[in-house]
Amino acid sequence: MTSAQFEIQMIACLVAVACAIPGTFLVLRKMAMISDAISHSILPGLVVGFFITQDLNSPLLILFAALTGVLTVVLVEKIQQTKLVKEDTAIGLVFPVLFSIGVIMIAKYANDVHLDVDAVLLGELAFAPFDRIYYGTVDLGPKSLWVIGTILLVTLILLFAFFKELKMSTFDAGLATSLGFSPVIIHYGLMSVASITTVGAFDAVGAILVVAMMIAPAASAYLLTTNLKKMIGLACFFGVFSAISGYWLASSLDASIAGSIATMLGLVFLTIYLFAPDKGFIAVIYREKQQRREVMLITFLLHLKNHNEIEERHVNHLNEHINWQKVRSKTILNLALKNNMVRISDDVVTLTDKGDEFTSKAIDYILTNEHGLIEDMKKDFFLFRG
Amino acid sequence: MGIIEYIELVFSDYTLRTITLGTAVLGAVTGMLGSFAVLRKQSLLGDAISHAALPGIALAFLFTGAKDSNVLLIGALISGLIGAFWIRGITTKTHLKADTALGLILSLFFGFGILLLTFIQKRPDANQAGLDKYLFGQAATLVESDVWLMAFVAGLCVLVLLFFWKEFKILLFDKDYAQTLGFNTKFIDALITSFIVLAIVLGLQTVGVILMSAMLLAPAAAARQWTNSLGVMVFLAAVFGASAGVFGTAISATQNNLSTGPVIVLVASVFVLFSFVFSPSRGLLFKRIRLIRNRNDLELQKTLTFMYHIVQDHEDISHPHAIKILNNFRGYSRKGLKKLIDKNYVKVEGEMWSLTEEGFLRASNLYNQNEKDD
Repeated sequence: MTSAQFEIQMIACLVAVACAIPGTFLVLRKMAMISDAISHSILPGLVVGFFITQDLNSPLLILFAALTGVLTVVLVEKIQQTKLVKEDTAIGLVFPVLFSIGVIMIAKYANDVHLDVDAVLLGELAFAPFDRIYYGTVDLGPKSLWVIGTILLVTLILLFAFFKELKMSTFDAGLATSLGFSPVIIHYGLMSVASITTVGAFDAVGAILVVAMMIAPAASAYLLTTNLKKMIGLACFFGVFSAISGYWLASSLDASIAGSIATMLGLVFLTIYLFAPDKGFIAVIYREKQQRREVMLITFLLHLKNHNEIEERHVNHLNEHINWQKVRSKTILNLALKNNMVRISDDVVTLTDKGDEFTSKAIDYILTNEHGLIEDMKKDFFLFRG
Repeated sequence: MGIIEYIELVFSDYTLRTITLGTAVLGAVTGMLGSFAVLRKQSLLGDAISHAALPGIALAFLFTGAKDSNVLLIGALISGLIGAFWIRGITTKTHLKADTALGLILSLFFGFGILLLTFIQKRPDANQAGLDKYLFGQAATLVESDVWLMAFVAGLCVLVLLFFWKEFKILLFDKDYAQTLGFNTKFIDALITSFIVLAIVLGLQTVGVILMSAMLLAPAAAARQWTNSLGVMVFLAAVFGASAGVFGTAISATQNNLSTGPVIVLVASVFVLFSFVFSPSRGLLFKRIRLIRNRNDLELQKTLTFMYHIVQDHEDISHPHAIKILNNFRGYSRKGLKKLIDKNYVKVEGEMWSLTEEGFLRASNLYNQNEKDD
């Protein structure tokens, strides 16, 4: 591994961590799309900043761009406050306008400078190591590394200093206000950090990847845990993992590094989306199926308890009476048998004592409108579940 | 170039005519379908899907090697649909919220698309020039067959809208009710989402991935301000969209160095801004005027009540009182007094005022809800 390769991966990892932290809070606060809006609307800020400073490397440029990011958030909120349109429409209206203004300004006035819309949107991580900082003649490393490193450091300091406040205002804004934390300050603080991170990261990885790096690791982590600290940790881990594996994918395909990192993030999310225990797609489908069967089982047992007549409890009759297909009624019957809820003699199904007790309790809960308690009860009675 | 000259040019110049027609038809289609997206609170769906279409374009090129825009559009359509339905899968099957799902699909698909595009560019055999136009859109590349395709889709949209109007409407405003009536809500939902995706994909070539969402939203958001009826809204949105297309094309054609997509978006945003401010029922301006008028009415009524309480103590209601005593009352103003005189509630002679019979009756009935306001 050459030093350039090492530096690229280093930058990618720092970007991943710097994005994952604010991203976690954006996802939890249902503001994920704000990051997309910010990433687009920093363009006019960059252009205006460039007109004023006439220098593409000026730190003022970052400041201007970050200010436009915060301006986007303010504009969206102002439009929303008029109650003329919903929040998502407000977001969708604001950023294309700002982006268009940026594109037109570049086309009209900055056509001859190296300020490329492609570069802003897509970034080029591969060139990052060539833009270096020197102190006198001492090589201090790539500029992006310093920029993103500083942003990460500030983010970390803010995170540790205001963790309690952030947590509180994210999960219970009302309580936070009543305890004297201003949700407005925290909101704008978070938005400023998100803007600055976006701006700091875009020239390394591009605006769209910033969105991917903010949302995807946090969303993946959210499917695995509901503990905030673990979620941030997992999000950082997924981000770093995708950054490194994405880099190697890009160098083997000779394609865009930002694109490969996003693809790796996508694969990580897809895997977790499908296979996460409890909250993943397959787990949810399985659980829904299980619940359906258990509801059927309870219906079946209730039916048995309601009818003493032999013909109502005859195996052949059950099919048509409860109107289940043959296969399904067979599974339910087997499930009931396995759990010792029923016994069959001469093709007539009868509740056992255990089944009788279970059904009585279930009816009790249904009558008193406490369906939730049935779930706990199932644990006491069932050896095998759906 | 004068306006008349420009209009003549639109009719005589092939390129300009094609582009103007294309953007107009596109604006109309996206406006119509955008109305549904806005009302379904899926405004950002357009943004997500237009980004999600990119890998489809790249893959279609990679597999077929064709640069024919129709083949690429089919690829875009397929990957846009996958994106749209995956968003739904994420929101219904997991506890992730809609905004997260949109952001995920948008950025991940787009990233994958960029990976494919750069991969294609590096291949030695590829003649890939022109794929870039889908990023930012190039209206100038529109040809007559593209316009025909758009017109065909527009016609199809209108037909489907007319045919399923009742179903779309009921699904939009009361989904549960639609379900109880026995409509197949899943099918209708999928149908309308598919058409939104189709409209977005059509616009990619003209305005590009990034600005497509504004094409979908802006005309609809503007139209929403003028009416509460779905039919009128869809029609207005189509008109707004089409005019944004025509004017945007005109502005960008007469200026140097202006790409069409951003200009169209800006024109559409001007429509939105205008509607926000000047719409008679919802607009900010008239809301403000109504607020001031209501406040004046209230002050007037307060003054009348104040007078009524003074007059109440006297047997003769027309007994005159000094205007001076009103000065201490906060709601009182000279203009207000003049209005009360105009309404024949109050008579003024010199420095003295007195309530008329009518004014007395009105004041005593002021808080009677059954009384009509005048």
